[in-house]
Amino acid sequence: MGKIDVYPTTAWSAGTGCHGGCGQNLFVEDGRLVKVEGNEDHPWNQGRSCPRALAMTQYVYHEDRITQPQIRVGERGEGKFEPISWDEALDICEERMGKIRDEHGAESVIFVQGTGRDIGGPITFLAYSYGSPNWVQLGLSGHSCYTPRLGAMKTTLGEFAVADCSQFLEKRYEDPEWEAPEYIIVWGQNPPNTCPDGFYGPWIVDCMQRGSKIISVDPRNTWMSTRAEYHLQIRPGTDGALALGMLNIIIEEEIYDKDFVEKWVDGFDAIKERAAEYPVDKVAAITEIPAADIQAAARAYANAKQAAIQWGVPIDMCPDGTAVAHAISCLWTVTGNIDIPGGQVIAKPAFGVTAYPFSSEELIELYGKDLITRMNEKRIGADVYPMYKHFRGWASPDVTIEQIETGDPYPIKGAWIQTANVIGGQAARAKFHYDAMKKLDFVAIVDLFHNPTTMALADIILPAATFPEKNSFRSWWTPMDSIKKRVQVGECRSDWEINFELAKRFNPEGLQRWATVIDYFDERMEPSGMTFEDLEAKGGWAMSPEGPGRPYRRYEKGHLRADGKPGFNTPSGKVEIYNKSFEEWGMDPLPFYTEPPQSEASTPDLFKKYPLVMITGARSNLFFHSEHRQIPWLREKEPDPTVEIHPDTAKEYNIYDGEWVHLENDMGHIKRKAVISLKVKPNHVQTLHGWFKPEAEGAEPNLFNVWDYQVNQIIPGPQASKSGFGGGQYKTTLVRLAKITEGGA
Amino acid sequence: MAKYGILIDTDFCTGCHTCEVACQQEHDYPVGLNGIKVTEYEYKLANGKVKIDCIPFLTDLCDLCMGRQADGERPSCVKHCQTACMYFGLTSDLAIEAASRPRAVLYTHTPK
Ligand code: SF4
Ligand code: SF4
Ligand code: SF4
Repeated sequence: MGKIDVYPTTAWSAGTGCHGGCGQNLFVEDGRLVKVEGNEDHPWNQGRSCPRALAMTQYVYHEDRITQPQIRVGERGEGKFEPISWDEALDICEERMGKIRDEHGAESVIFVQGTGRDIGGPITFLAYSYGSPNWVQLGLSGHSCYTPRLGAMKTTLGEFAVADCSQFLEKRYEDPEWEAPEYIIVWGQNPPNTCPDGFYGPWIVDCMQRGSKIISVDPRNTWMSTRAEYHLQIRPGTDGALALGMLNIIIEEEIYDKDFVEKWVDGFDAIKERAAEYPVDKVAAITEIPAADIQAAARAYANAKQAAIQWGVPIDMCPDGTAVAHAISCLWTVTGNIDIPGGQVIAKPAFGVTAYPFSSEELIELYGKDLITRMNEKRIGADVYPMYKHFRGWASPDVTIEQIETGDPYPIKGAWIQTANVIGGQAARAKFHYDAMKKLDFVAIVDLFHNPTTMALADIILPAATFPEKNSFRSWWTPMDSIKKRVQVGECRSDWEINFELAKRFNPEGLQRWATVIDYFDERMEPSGMTFEDLEAKGGWAMSPEGPGRPYRRYEKGHLRADGKPGFNTPSGKVEIYNKSFEEWGMDPLPFYTEPPQSEASTPDLFKKYPLVMITGARSNLFFHSEHRQIPWLREKEPDPTVEIHPDTAKEYNIYDGEWVHLENDMGHIKRKAVISLKVKPNHVQTLHGWFKPEAEGAEPNLFNVWDYQVNQIIPGPQASKSGFGGGQYKTTLVRLAKITEGGA
Repeated sequence: MAKYGILIDTDFCTGCHTCEVACQQEHDYPVGLNGIKVTEYEYKLANGKVKIDCIPFLTDLCDLCMGRQADGERPSCVKHCQTACMYFGLTSDLAIEAASRPRAVLYTHTPK
C-alpha cells in the first residue's frame, strides 16, 4: 500500500453528472482514486457531500466504462465497435465532418448537448470553430430548462437573480451582513434531491434550520412541502395563473414595496392592470388551490421583511414558460426583494469570468465574421421564434428534429453529441427522434458509458473523463473554482481537451494563440487577476471581492451599469417589468397565463380517455437524469422505475403495491412498478424519467430495454410556447393506467 | 457502556441517502450491507394533511467509524450528511443537546 494523498477539487459534471459546485477531496493512492470526501474548507458545502460524489470510485473504475476511442464496425444498432487510437478517431471526425462542410455547409452538422452542465464551453468552442451555428439541447422540447427563466430575468432585470442563502459570502451563515429569508417560496423544486443551476439544494434546509419558513408550490407531497407553512398543491402547468393571482393580491391590497416601486420599477401600472385580470377566485379554479391559501401565501411573502423564491424547471415546462418566469419575477420586484440579504440576490459569474465568450466582438475575433452571419441567417429556428433570434446562441430543438426529417430549408447530415443520451433521456417524442437521427450520415458521440443513444447512432465514440481525471474551472455563479486532474483512466480525455484538439484542426488561425487548454483557461480567468495555477495554489476557490460581484444593494452603489451610475443594467435603469425587449421582439410585454395543451379544459375528449395527469422529470438524489443506473451503491437504493399512484386511484384500477403496470396514451405505453403513495393527488401520477437498463442487451432492437421504460416516448411535442422557449410538455401529459396482462408485457 | 453516540435531528432528515453511501464507501461494504439505513414514512395527520418523515437507524455493521476517530475525523455519515442534521460525540453531551431540540433521536452504540 502506498501513501494516500488528498487533493481538494470541485465536483462538476461527468462522474457526479450534476451542475456541480461543491468542494470534494480526492484520496489518491498509487495513481488510483480510492475515496472521495467532502471538503470542509469549501464554503459551498462545508464538508458535506451526496450519494453520487461518495460513490465516485464505483463510477470511475466501472468495468463498463468506455476507456478507448471506438469505431462502429457493424450496422448502426448492432452494437459492434472496435477500439481505435485517438489519432485515428479524430482523423475520421475531421474527414467526415469536413466532407459535410464542403458539400452542404457547416450548418449541416448539429452540436448536441444535454442539460446545461460543463459542456457549453467546449461544445461551442468546437461548433463555432467548425463553423456551425447549430448548438442545441436536442430533444429538450422548448429548451425547457432554465433558459426561459434566464430570458425573463435578463430582459427585465438586466441580470440574473437567485434565492439568497449567503452563498456569495465567504463566511456564509456566520456573515453578519446576511439574514435568513423570513419566507422562501420553493416553487416547483425538491431541494433535498438536487443541486440545480449553481445552487446547493440543501441550502434551503440550512435556511429552515435558521428560521426560514417555507411556502411550497408543488403538486406533490414531499418532505419539504409537508413541512411548509403553506403548501399550494398546484395543478401542473398552471403556475402562471398562480403567479399573476398572487401579484394581483399583493398590488390590490397595497402590500407591495411602494418606495422600491416608485424609485426602481418601470411599467408598474401596466402590470397592475394585467394582474387584475387574475382575481383570486378565477386563479383558484384554474390552479385547484383554495383561494384562502393563495391569499395567505401572497400576504406572508409580501409582508416579510425579506423573502426569497427558489424556483425549478417546472416553470420552464409550463406552456409559455418565459411568460410564467416573467410573472414570478414580478413578485420579487414589486416586493422590493432584489439584492437584499435573504431576498433575491443578483447572481453574477465570479469575478465576471465566463468559461466561454458571449459577445459578438469576441466571437468574431475567434471564429471570423462568417460565423456571425450564419448565426443570424442559418441558425435553426431563429427565423421562426423571436427568442431564438435574440436571446442566447441556441438552435431550436423542436425545429431541428423536424428539419432532420424534412431537409427543409437545408439538410442536416451530421451530429456531434457530447455527454447527452438524447434517445434514452431528454427527447420528447423519443421515437420520432430515434427515427429521424438514424438518417444522419455521420454521428460522433463523446460519452463515458454506452447508452441507448451510443448504441443506436454512434459511428465514432470518444471516451470522456470524469472530474477527478480532468483540468477545468468554473465560475458559475460563485466561487470561482479550479478542477485539477489527479488520476488517469484508460485513454479517457476531458471534454475540453477533445474539443480543443479537434477545433484546432478546423480553425487553426483563430485558435493559434493557445498551445494548451490551460492557456485558454488562464486567458478566460484574466479578469480575476489569477491564473489556473494561482487559483489552485489558493486552495482551488476564490470569491468576488466587494464590487459588482458581491451583494448587497448593488443598484444603489452603481455596481451594475457600465456607466457606473446607480440603477439596473437596463435602458431605463429600472427593472422593466413592462418588458420592452419582449415588445420589440413581437411578444407580449406583460406576463400571461396559457392553459396546458392537454387538460380537462383544453382537450375534454382526450381527458375522458386519459384522465390522469402524468408528472415526470422530478429528481432522484441517486441518479442524474439517465445516468448512474449501473453504479451498485446507487442502484441498490432505487432498483426499479416506479410510478406513484394515490391509494384511491390504485383501488379504482385494481392495482396493488409493487405490481408492474403500463402508463399509456395514444403515443404508446411504458412499464412502471406501482408505488401506492399519498405523495400524489388521486388525479395525478408521478414517475421519473431517464430509465433504461444498462445490464440488459444493448444491441437493437433492445437498446438496454429503453423502449420499455423511456417515459418521454409518450410525451408529445413540439413545445407549447410562442417565444420558442419553454412549454415542453413533461409535466402535463394525460395518461391512464393499465394492468399488464399475461404475455402483454 | 456506550460512551459515544450519534444524535440525529429528525426534523431535518430528508431521506437523501448520503449517510448510507458514506458508510458503504468508508467500510467498503458491498450492496446489501450497511451500517446505517434510512426509512421513510408517509401518513395522514388528524387534520387530513399528509406528512412525510425520514429517519435513519444504525445497524450492527456500524462501528462508529473507529478508524476515523483515531484520526480526529467525524464519522463519515455525520460529516457528509447533506443537511448537517447528524452529530457525533459523548453520549452524555449529546443527551443534553437532544433535550434542546423539538425532535431528535440519540443512538448509543457500543461497537463490538
Ligand atoms: S449533486 Fe451537489 S453535492 Fe453532489 S456532487 Fe453535485 S454539487 Fe456536489
Ligand atoms: S458512524 Fe461510521 S460506521 Fe456507523 S453508520 Fe456512520 S459511517 Fe457507518
Ligand atoms: S444524510 Fe442526513 S439528511 Fe440524508 S438521509 Fe442521512 S441523516 Fe437524513
